[in-house]
Amino acid sequence: MTSRPIISVRNLEVGAMSRHGMLRPLRGIDLDLPFGQTVGLVGESGCGKSMTARALLNITPAPMRITGGTIILDDGKAPPQNLSALDPDGVAMRAIRGARVAMIFQEPMTALSPVHTIGDQIGEMVRIHRKLGRREAKAHAIEMLDMVSMPNARQRYDAYPFNLSGGMRQRAMIAMALACGPDVLVADEPTTALDVTIQAQILELLQRLQADLGMTVLLITHDLGVVARTTKRVAVMYLGEIVEEASTIQLFDTPLHPYTQGLLSSVPRLGSRRGRREPLPTMRGTVPSALVELAGCAFHPRCTKAVAGLCDVIKPVMAEVNPGHSARCLLYPEVLVASKRGSSVVQPEPVS
Amino acid sequence: MTENLLELRKLSKHFPIHSGLARRVTGEVRAVDDVDLIIKRGETLGLVGESGCGKSTTGRAILRAIEPTSGEILFHGKDGTVDVAQLGRTDLKQIRRRMQMVFQDPYASLNPRMRVEEIIAEPLICLERMSRGDRRDRVVELLELVGLNSQYLARYPHTFSGGQRQRIGIARALALAPEFVVCDEPVSALDVSVQAQVLNLLIELQQRLGTTYLFISHDLGVIEHLCDRVAVMYLGRIVEVADTEALLRTPKMPYVEALLASVPHADPHAVTAHAIVRGEIADPANRPTGCAFHPRCAYATDVCRSVAPELRNVGTRSNPHLAACHFSETLQLNGVA
Amino acid sequence: MTIEKAASTSTASTGQPEESPLRLMWYKFRAHRLAVWSLWIIVGLYLMAIFANFLAPFDPETRTGLPYSPPSWPTVMADDGFNWPPVVYGVTSTLDMKTFKRVYTVDTTRQYPVKLFVAGDQQSWFGLFASDRHLIGVESGGAFFLMGTDALGRDVFSRVIYGSRISLSIGLVGVSISLVLGVILGGISGYFGGAIDLVVQRLIEIIQCFPSIPLWMALAAALPHDWTTVQVYFGITVILSLVGWTDLARVVRGRFLSLREEDFVMAARLAGASEARIIGKHLLPSFASHIIASVTLSIPSMILAETSLSFLGIGLTPPALSWGVLLQTAQNVNTLAISPWLLLPGGMVIITVLAFNFLGDGLRDAADPFAKERLS
Repeated sequence: MTSRPIISVRNLEVGAMSRHGMLRPLRGIDLDLPFGQTVGLVGESGCGKSMTARALLNITPAPMRITGGTIILDDGKAPPQNLSALDPDGVAMRAIRGARVAMIFQEPMTALSPVHTIGDQIGEMVRIHRKLGRREAKAHAIEMLDMVSMPNARQRYDAYPFNLSGGMRQRAMIAMALACGPDVLVADEPTTALDVTIQAQILELLQRLQADLGMTVLLITHDLGVVARTTKRVAVMYLGEIVEEASTIQLFDTPLHPYTQGLLSSVPRLGSRRGRREPLPTMRGTVPSALVELAGCAFHPRCTKAVAGLCDVIKPVMAEVNPGHSARCLLYPEVLVASKRGSSVVQPEPVS
Repeated sequence: MTENLLELRKLSKHFPIHSGLARRVTGEVRAVDDVDLIIKRGETLGLVGESGCGKSTTGRAILRAIEPTSGEILFHGKDGTVDVAQLGRTDLKQIRRRMQMVFQDPYASLNPRMRVEEIIAEPLICLERMSRGDRRDRVVELLELVGLNSQYLARYPHTFSGGQRQRIGIARALALAPEFVVCDEPVSALDVSVQAQVLNLLIELQQRLGTTYLFISHDLGVIEHLCDRVAVMYLGRIVEVADTEALLRTPKMPYVEALLASVPHADPHAVTAHAIVRGEIADPANRPTGCAFHPRCAYATDVCRSVAPELRNVGTRSNPHLAACHFSETLQLNGVA
Repeated sequence: MTIEKAASTSTASTGQPEESPLRLMWYKFRAHRLAVWSLWIIVGLYLMAIFANFLAPFDPETRTGLPYSPPSWPTVMADDGFNWPPVVYGVTSTLDMKTFKRVYTVDTTRQYPVKLFVAGDQQSWFGLFASDRHLIGVESGGAFFLMGTDALGRDVFSRVIYGSRISLSIGLVGVSISLVLGVILGGISGYFGGAIDLVVQRLIEIIQCFPSIPLWMALAAALPHDWTTVQVYFGITVILSLVGWTDLARVVRGRFLSLREEDFVMAARLAGASEARIIGKHLLPSFASHIIASVTLSIPSMILAETSLSFLGIGLTPPALSWGVLLQTAQNVNTLAISPWLLLPGGMVIITVLAFNFLGDGLRDAADPFAKERLS
């Protein structure tokens, strides 16, 4: 860890009962967002990465709710607070959401109201949280639109979301999210719905804003290219758990977990100079659902390196294998030792 | 390899824009505009572009899944050449044996109220005179071909994962052993770890059956892995066609350069210093004059604003490299390293 | 991630028994508690209509000689203690000579035990066979009226049960006619599109613009006066469905238009399927469930329409018997002040309409069992 975490998640669990049994999309997440850095959270659909984002803002969709763990927010503006203990609809949580921790979504239309101009929506954020007057709010909204490089910001203030293209909507949503100057931005697949040329623009914008404003960003994506381009640290998720965590360079150079290795090798990437139509390494099976309960390692049924009698028996914990590089795989002695001890490596005690 | 299977000549699909109570036609969107394209027998031709560029519409127009507005679709089958665009109802039904399609969305493309057997057998029921037993044998054979267990025959699609559903869709497309298959973004709706399985399957099937693919995708990595040649579309027109290697390493059209530069590399060591293309794709109902890309192009001049460039060969006669840019020869464009 | 997707992957991997679309619909329907209850209520109501002559204690036209008798119920607490079977006390009616009101006094000395399958008015079951047996009753001499009696001393409860035959069936028959009209016109409109679509859509809009009550009144007034009850019944049904098909036509057209764009329909077309096969094999099965739900939701408006027409005296008239006809006698405020139980048929209308609405809601939710429940 290079610096003090602004958000520190410990053993976060989210679940709900369904007709088919207990759904457990998050099964004990440990994650630190170091101050002023961009952390990537990678995984396939259903691994719980979006749920993590929502849990951080305590907006898990019903019937899902946080069933355990802590989310400590320590941004220096207030004494450290445990967000998971707050009432999701309470005043305290609402004061944090948007103002101190903000979120942007894959589909801007879910966050933007179709019946208000984008200027009004951005202005409303500061009028609520900062109690600004109408005139100041408008000036601030235009300033925000300028900041996200919205072309013709002054005219676009009066535009409705449906007047805008996908890329511009995304800019508008980013402007709205940043209107109150949050310290943490949770970006959930912010470019997945966009074309590559627009994606490149939005990623550049996010990087610029992060550097200029000194924000902490959690970037959630399934695209390893996006992670490589924009983040310093990455966590890989599988079936509601983080299975590997490292600096981006370490993760791409020496992936430790077989799942990460599979993800990196099975995707045909531009310029990889792999032989044309050479069979791609595949992972067998499909992503299990949040209903599945597996003994041992969650990945063992799909893992080519799984050892019978070990991987299907012992539940691995996260352990540091290389300096600053942790994994949840029993093939590494460090992990095996820690897992057999039945507890993870000594964790910093969360400040309460 | 050099024999042409399919030739598109000035293929166009224009969608009228209706407005008002009487739904008068007030304009049109040229989704596909005078597309000329050759697909060679046995090859995989990639068709790349951003959303709204007309790549899917082109694929569907070739199969007459949507009616093209004008143009020729010459299909050089084993027994002579036909213009698919001109076929009547009965002939069109027969050409379905030769040309099929794999859809993008494995959830929407299978009727949720039909069992796997009925879904895969549908082309056989409609186009092939077969006994019930033969038909079942063929369906089992197809299921095994795409790597699914024949016990799945009586199941409904919703009990399968996305990747398995896509395999069912592929089995249906291959039921009549077509010579040509349009793969419309067949893996973009799938999870990353499942994509590779389906891509490998498509490759393996092509090698076994000698099928020709038109592979529509926005994912340049997938295109590079799969395609012999690539065509790039922008606002309804083809802007560059070349061998995959040539197009990716030495693009001849500024839009293609921008497209390649925009793809985030899964390599944290890579330096991403180059300029990112500005602006957004124009409204297809309101095409810019001249070259459609000029408002976003870093190299645009007055000519670009007024004269639309033709798609022309800027490569050699034996190794053609088609590009629609006035300055293809003079510009030094960067491709993928 | 979605629950349905999650569930389906788990079935695929664990090899649980196959869940057919119908079974999925049933699961979804069952989750809607009110709808399931409503289904049972509706089944009960229709059984009541079918077996009216057995369930009703009296013939609807039998004059008991006790006009405006308030509801009287059998009691199990007779003679200062628990008593089984329940008994009914005798009543004597006298006319208060000052107010000219009829006064009923209970005579606890006369007790009539309630019995099952008692003999009563002779009844024929749809002309097939006749019987004088009724589910419950008391021996001759005594009588009880669960919903009181009307001005002529007829048992309101029996009349409500008999009235349900017309009130409940007019909804079904009317909706069937609407359905035929709606499916044909909506289908044509959605399938051919273009000018035909335009004409049908404008026609629907024009019909929907008319205020419905004056329109019904005009049409009902046009029915010949010398028609028999049965003819009037069908006349009213046709009138209701001529006005009521528009919503169904819109539903059908909308479904048609959205389904035609579905990938699986295009896939069928590419598989060489004929238009007939596409309609019969792909389109109809896909929207049948939606149509059933819409039909269920439009039955209540038919029932209400019949009730309003008859209430206003321009629909069915006595001797025809429907809930609307029964309510007609409750129009007079003076009568209501003396005998409020005459409003009870209205309660039946409310129960029926609510039950159909809840059932329709449940069916609508179940109609698309593949709709994904978004979780994140």
